[in-house]
Amino acid sequence: MPKATNTDDPDDGIQIDMISGERMDELATMEKIRMILDGVHDGNIVILEEGLTPDEESKLIETTMAEINPDGFNGIEIETYPKSETRDSSLLGRIMGTDESTAKLTVIGPANRIETLHKDETLISALVSRN
Amino acid sequence: MGLFTELKDSISRVTDRLFSEQEPKRIGIYGPPNAGKTTLANRIARDWTGDAIGTESHIPHETRRARRKENVEIERNGKSVTIDIVDTPGVTTKVDYEEFTDEMEKDDAIRRSREATEGVAEAMHWLREDVDGVIYVLDSAEDPITQVNTMLIGIIESRDLPVLIFANKTDLEDSSVKRIEDAFPQHETIPLSAKEGDNMDEVYESIAEYFG
Repeated sequence: MPKATNTDDPDDGIQIDMISGERMDELATMEKIRMILDGVHDGNIVILEEGLTPDEESKLIETTMAEINPDGFNGIEIETYPKSETRDSSLLGRIMGTDESTAKLTVIGPANRIETLHKDETLISALVSRN
Repeated sequence: MGLFTELKDSISRVTDRLFSEQEPKRIGIYGPPNAGKTTLANRIARDWTGDAIGTESHIPHETRRARRKENVEIERNGKSVTIDIVDTPGVTTKVDYEEFTDEMEKDDAIRRSREATEGVAEAMHWLREDVDGVIYVLDSAEDPITQVNTMLIGIIESRDLPVLIFANKTDLEDSSVKRIEDAFPQHETIPLSAKEGDNMDEVYESIAEYFG
């Protein structure tokens, strides 16, 4: 499975993985979630060019919950811009599951390192601590 | 999954929903932690069956397992519906055991946070597999535009599940039902105070009308 590489020394700084839509398209749902959570476990900020489908978001939450532990990983912060356009999709598209808009920039990071994650209509702003 | 299989499953889900009128509908009560889901579930259960579902608390994640009250028959204005109420843990993307250490010992806090994470995972799984409709409960004194709320409503919409939004805690001074209506204008919003029992007639009318 493709995986973003990490810096050797985490004290060097904060790594940001910007993952293209093209790369995500090559992956199955659980491969996408694994890549995101592996990055977040390493303390990285993961930016997805084209976001996740609602079903993938649901599985991301479920998988995140399974991996939370008191020794350091207490979950994720996630923010998306713009918000999902699924409600505008056609009935046939929803029945077929083929019309879920994923054209949305998504920022995901470790909850214990993101001090604030704020979104307004045109900006997602993250304040990230080093530890 | 192949396109044909996916289509067949989708049609099967829709027809199941249309032709299972005699079966109780499984209505999941979802929302963020501390929105008053259990208080609402208990009020509905007490009003129609005489029994409560679970413990209410101001501590986040008091509901750590989905709990069900079966065969709750609600009647209003000649319409009736029999539902199984599923009270779920508050959905969140993070759980930190240190949030609970003011209220309890570390070991208990760790156990509580572990149970909370299992409960949220279970609630997400049920949402994908096992509920026929959703009552989404929000605290009307809080900002409804959060990533979790937006994401959850998006997930519910993508599954084509009927959803009613309940703007709870209207007894609080900072309550603003309009803020919730403006945030999710595509869905019907019903104001209520589950704690005080305010506007429950409209709540039951909406449930009987919408899920019946």
